Order: sequence, then C-alpha cells, then structure tokens
Amino acid sequence: MIIELGHYALVLALATALIQSVLPLLGVRRGDRALVELAGSAAIVSFLLVAFSFAVLTFAYVTSDFSVRNVWENSHSLKPLVYKISGVWGNHEGSMLLWLLILVFFSALVAGFGRNLPETLKANVLAVQAWIAAAFTLFILLTSNPFARLVPAPGEGRDLNPVLQDIGLAIHPPLLYLGYVGFSVCFSFAIAALIEGRIDAAWARWVRPWALTAWTFLTAGIAMGSYWAYYELGWGGWWFWDPVENASFMPWLAGTALLHSALVMEKREALKIWTVLLAILTFSLSLLGTFLVRSGVLTSVHAFATDPTRGVFILVILIVFIGGALSLFAFRASHLKSGGLFAPISREGALVLNNLILTTATATVLTGTLYPLVLEALTGDKISVGAPFFNMTFGLLMLPLLFAVPFGPLLAWKRGDLLAAAQRLFAAVGAGLLFAAAVYYARNGGPVLAVLGIGLGVYLIVGSITDVALRSGLGKAAGRVALRRFLGLPRSAYGTALAHIGLGVTLIGIVAVTAYETETVLEMKPGMLVDAGGYSIRFDGMRQGRGPNYTEDTGHFTVSRGGVKVTEIWSSKRLYSARRMPTTEAGIRTFGLSQLYVSLGDEITGGGIVVRIWWKPLILCIWGGALVMMAGGIVSLSDRRLRVGAPSRARTARLAAGAAE
Amino acid sequence: MTRKQKRLAIIGGGVGFLTAAVLLVMFAFSQAVAYFYVPGDLAKADLAPGTRIRLGGLVEAGSVKRGDGKTVTFSVTDTLATVPVTYSGILPDLFREGQGVVAEGSFAAGRSVFVADTVLAKHDETYMPKDVADRLKAQGVTLGGKENIQ
Repeated sequence: MIIELGHYALVLALATALIQSVLPLLGVRRGDRALVELAGSAAIVSFLLVAFSFAVLTFAYVTSDFSVRNVWENSHSLKPLVYKISGVWGNHEGSMLLWLLILVFFSALVAGFGRNLPETLKANVLAVQAWIAAAFTLFILLTSNPFARLVPAPGEGRDLNPVLQDIGLAIHPPLLYLGYVGFSVCFSFAIAALIEGRIDAAWARWVRPWALTAWTFLTAGIAMGSYWAYYELGWGGWWFWDPVENASFMPWLAGTALLHSALVMEKREALKIWTVLLAILTFSLSLLGTFLVRSGVLTSVHAFATDPTRGVFILVILIVFIGGALSLFAFRASHLKSGGLFAPISREGALVLNNLILTTATATVLTGTLYPLVLEALTGDKISVGAPFFNMTFGLLMLPLLFAVPFGPLLAWKRGDLLAAAQRLFAAVGAGLLFAAAVYYARNGGPVLAVLGIGLGVYLIVGSITDVALRSGLGKAAGRVALRRFLGLPRSAYGTALAHIGLGVTLIGIVAVTAYETETVLEMKPGMLVDAGGYSIRFDGMRQGRGPNYTEDTGHFTVSRGGVKVTEIWSSKRLYSARRMPTTEAGIRTFGLSQLYVSLGDEITGGGIVVRIWWKPLILCIWGGALVMMAGGIVSLSDRRLRVGAPSRARTARLAAGAAE
Repeated sequence: MTRKQKRLAIIGGGVGFLTAAVLLVMFAFSQAVAYFYVPGDLAKADLAPGTRIRLGGLVEAGSVKRGDGKTVTFSVTDTLATVPVTYSGILPDLFREGQGVVAEGSFAAGRSVFVADTVLAKHDETYMPKDVADRLKAQGVTLGGKENIQ
C-alpha cells in the first residue's frame, strides 16, 4: 500500500510541476499576482511530494520489501543498513529519482531563499525549473518506474553490485547530483532572463551563489568518485578518462568558466551574452552526462539501439531543452545590450582568457567522449579514446591557463599592467623555481618535465597567496595593520585564493604520482620481502574470514623501515555470496601525503600469491587540493555581497512593468 | 588602442587558440586512439608493428598459463581465429576462461604474440564486453547465458 502511495505522490508531483511550469508564466504576462506567487508554493509542494516518494522507496529498501522489483534486483536482506539505503540510488530507477529529488530541492531553495529576487524573475525561473522537473518525472513514470511490483514476491533479493557496496559510493552520487543538477538553477535563470529580454549586473549577482554552490558540490562529487575508484577498484588509478567520468567533468569545466564570467558581468556588466550562453551550456552538459550514463549508449551504440526506450526519451529531453534554449538564445541574444569594453590586458581580459581556455578544453573532452560513439554509429569502426588522447589535448591546452591563473587577480579592471603584475609575481616564480631545483636535487635528477610541473604547482600556490598578501599590505604596513587589513578583506578574496591554491595542490599531486610512483608486481610466498617507497614489506600469509554477505581471503603484510616495524597492511579478495562476484579490497596505508597500496592477484600453486605494490608519492594532494578548492567555494559563498543581493526598485513596480510589456 | 583594435586583439587571440586546439585534437586522433579488433579481423587488417589496438574475444578454455609468477599467457578467440596474448601484471577479478575479455596493447614485430599492457573484464560476472558481443554476433557466434546491458 505504502509503495503505491509513493508512486501516486510522484504522479501528483508531475501534476504540480505542470501547473508550476505554465501558470506563473501566465501570471507574469497578465500581471496576475496570485498566479505569480503560485510558483513558490508549487515548488515547495513539488519538493515535498518527490521527497515523500523517495522516502517510500528508501523505506522499501530498509525493510527489504522484495515485492518491489527494484528492491529485489538491487538489495539483499543481509546487506548492512547503510548499503540498503545507498542501494536506493545504486541503480538506474532510484538514481533518476534522486536526480529529480535534487532538482525539485533546488527549486524549493530558490522559492525559499529567493526573497530578494524580483517576483517576475523568480516566477519565470521556477517555471523553467518545473519544465525540467516535469520532463524527468514523466521519464521516471513512463520508462523507469522504481515502484513496479513483482508477483509473487521473491524470498530473497539479488543484492547490490558489490563494488557499489562502499561508503564512498554511498555518498558520491548525491554529491555529484547536487553539483550537476544544481547548475539547472543557472540554466533556469538564463532562460528566464531571455524570456524577459532583460539582463543586468544584478542578474549575475543572483546567479553566482547558485553557480558556486553547484560548483562546490560538483568538485566534492568528482573528487569523491575519483577516490572511490582509486581504492575500491584495486587498479591504483585515480582518473581513467572514462566517458562516465568525463560526463561529470565537462559540467565542472564549463561551470568553472561560468563562475569566472559571471564575475566579469557582475563587476563590469560585460560578457553578458556570453555568460547567459555559458549558463545554458553548463546545464546542457549536465543533461548530456545524464544521457550518456543513463541511456546505455556508452557500452555500445548497438545496446542503445536494441533497447531504445530510455535512451530515446532522454535524447528527446536533451534535444528539446538544449535545442529550445539555444534557439531562444539565438532569437533573443541580440536584444540584450552588451556591456562595457576593456583592454585585452586587464582583469576582464584575464577572465576572458580563462573562459577561452576552459571552454576549449571542455570542447576537447566532449570531442574525445563523443567521437567514438559517432564513429561507430557512422562507420561501425570501434575505437577507444583514452588517457593518451586526453593528456595530449586537454593537458596541453590547460597548461597556459595554469601559468596565467596568478596574474588574473593582480590585474586591474578595465586596463591592467602586465609588467607590474609580473613584478609582483617574482616571489612566486622564485619559489617555484627554487622548489623545482630542490626536487631535482633530492631525486638525483629525474624527469625535467615533472620537476617543472611541481614547480608550476608551487608557483600557483605562492602566486595565489601573493594577491591576498599584497592586498593586506604585508611587508609594507605594520604587522598589526596588515593583519587588520587581511581580516577586513572580502571573503570572496579568500575564496579566490583558496580555490587557486587548491588547483596548485592538486597539480603537485598529479605530477608527483605520475612521475614518481613505483609499481612492483611479483609472486610472493610467506616470509618474502619487497621494497617500495623506502619501506620494506613482508608478506606474512593468507587468512580466511567472512563478512555479513561475503567471504574473504586476506593477505597480511608487515611494513618496516630500517628494520623497525612501522605498520601492518591487510589486503583482501572478497567473494560476495548472492552474486558469486569477486572484488578486490586493496590494502592502503598513508604516510604523510603519500600512500602504500597493496592489491592481491591470483593464488599460485605452492602457497604463493601475485601481489601488486604501489608507492604513491603525494597522492593525497590530488584530493586534498579538491578539498581546498571546495573550501574556497564555501568561503566565497559566505561573502556578504552574495547574501545581501543587489538593490532593487519596489517589486510591485517591476511586476507592473512586466505586465505592461 | 582603439575600440576596433581591442576587439581585434581579443578575437584574433581567441581564433588563434581555437585553431591550435583543433589541430591538436586532429593530431591526437591520428596518434592516440586504439581501434578495436577481434581475432578474425586481424588477417584482413594491415597493422604496422607496434600499433596500439584493443583485442577482444573470449579467453580460450585451457589456454591460461602462468609463467614466472606475474607473467600470464592466454589465448583470445572468436572461434574463427585465435591470438596468443602475454600480459605481465594482475588479471582483473572477473577474468576467467570462457569469458569475454578486452586486451589493450600491440603486436611486436613479427606479429604472432599480442603483448597486452591492460586487460579488462568488467564489473559484472554476466558482463560480456559489448564490443565483443557485437563482433562475435556479427561473425555468427552465438553466446550462451544472459546478457547484461549495464
């Protein structure tokens, strides 16, 4: 019964979304206040309905109600509670419901927090959000109903795919969705602005917090996913340029560009049309990602063609929304007044360079992701585009941006002085070169590119600090004055510095791991020793164990340095009983920012086992940098300017003006 | 600078960068992608030694042999032709005889043994890499067991 209520709530949510998608627009046209205000309440009701529906599905999972097909396919009564809950979004239907939940959650946030928005704009934004919500609710109800029943109900479920039974994957999808569905708000703001045909600096100020929120979550989601892949798959890699990863990385790149261009628009009223276009493109890439991941088109164009309902449905959503939005843009953009001019060497110029590079890099990732699909559909040739392609294109294109990042904040708006900025960066360049030399010396040479890469990371970090230091007058003013000035800086200045520092930290991690990691694959018998990263690792033997829904063989290793025992590592292979599926649980030990990573292979007759041991120097910098970037996002989000909002004329006056148009 | 010059500088820089990006992408496509083959296709394909490809098919039953611990040899077959493969490293959890596999690597000069540096067998036990399934079907090999789309 409760299951049917959940299903019914979803149907009601569709009805609410349809109302929300039409009536507020009508209200704005006719100047009908009641209809305009309807948008907010409809958004909140919609959220409550979807939340109820989601809660019902969660309840079915927690109580192991195998009469629900979705629960039967993806759960097991012996599974730990946390994985019963995460199982809700560990499958297609449930994850689409989560997608929808987060979409309506953001609509409700706009309804709740958007008090300082002009009512017409808010109504239009919520209406656009409702279009998206209606489309995806319809998709779930027609093609991916998570509430379908099974008669008779089976006694036991088929269990969740074991690699998904992990805490990292329990929280990865919600974070990721909060990120890329969050960009829907920016999209809706862009469409609303195009519908109204008016756009100004205040618009950018309203959009920026949403873009920042989404960007911060997306950063967290991507970093989490990368770390999950690293420790759970047992391959020791942290990024595979897999299309599924690219699907979340492209909105991140475009979203990063959006954050920067919205800044120009807010401060200088320039780049308006471009910012609107970016807002549309960013969410379009989110939709494209959803299509790639959810339609099955990635495993094969053929798989997609043989079971096309879902894929075609999302494809239609994709075409309608992206096509519609871009047509509206083409039609309306010329009506938008473009803003102030600026010299190529200026803060604006630097941000344009940022946007140029980021969008080009996004385009190369997009090309690399879609090209195999297009080629297979057209010619039948199958190719794999992997790391070599992306390193060659994306990596090279991003390089100039990394050099340019510290310059941006040091250039003045309108007309900047490149030479002065360069002089201020002497310290950063010096620190970078010094550090590179130190690394070169410490490693007795080594690849020059890697050394320079690490130097570049240090330059990024010091260069980002330079801006904050100069602005607080460090070294010139007295210590106390400098401190007071430092504390008085707007939070967005810290945010910028932190985000850029994070980039440098991540870069150092990537370069260090790529250049200096060591990998040893060998057959080990109990008592054997092997060296990695200056540690000596002894294999002590295998031991059998059992968990709630699996059995495991665990290898025991003792790590010592200079003859003194430092720590122990357990690395295991598990066999999950319900699916008879083996997984590798790598043994990982952290030393400072570096890690030892031990994963087991096959046992060999005679008591030996194949063991793969990696030394991953500074690998934690990769995700640590992402954490610093997130901190930057959060600090920037707490800036007073974004909370207060731009001054606006009386709302009623706007409403009347909107109706008169 | 005049208005016009400013605009020109920005547009010129942008176009220049984009052109460089396009050239780079085209170059990378010609260099850094791996084509997919099943053993039966190899006779027709004219591969230069050292060309990176992905070789897909089934692991031939009884063909898996371990050398000195970490080196493994096995044969990939599509029932029309069979290619011997050597690989140094740990095979994925789901690597089994009679199951689907994709090996990435190249033929050394002389072209008899495929040297793989990556071996993939995906997360699901019923998973047959779709590339393999498609090609095998196209060559008339019927596959037992259910297929899993995810």
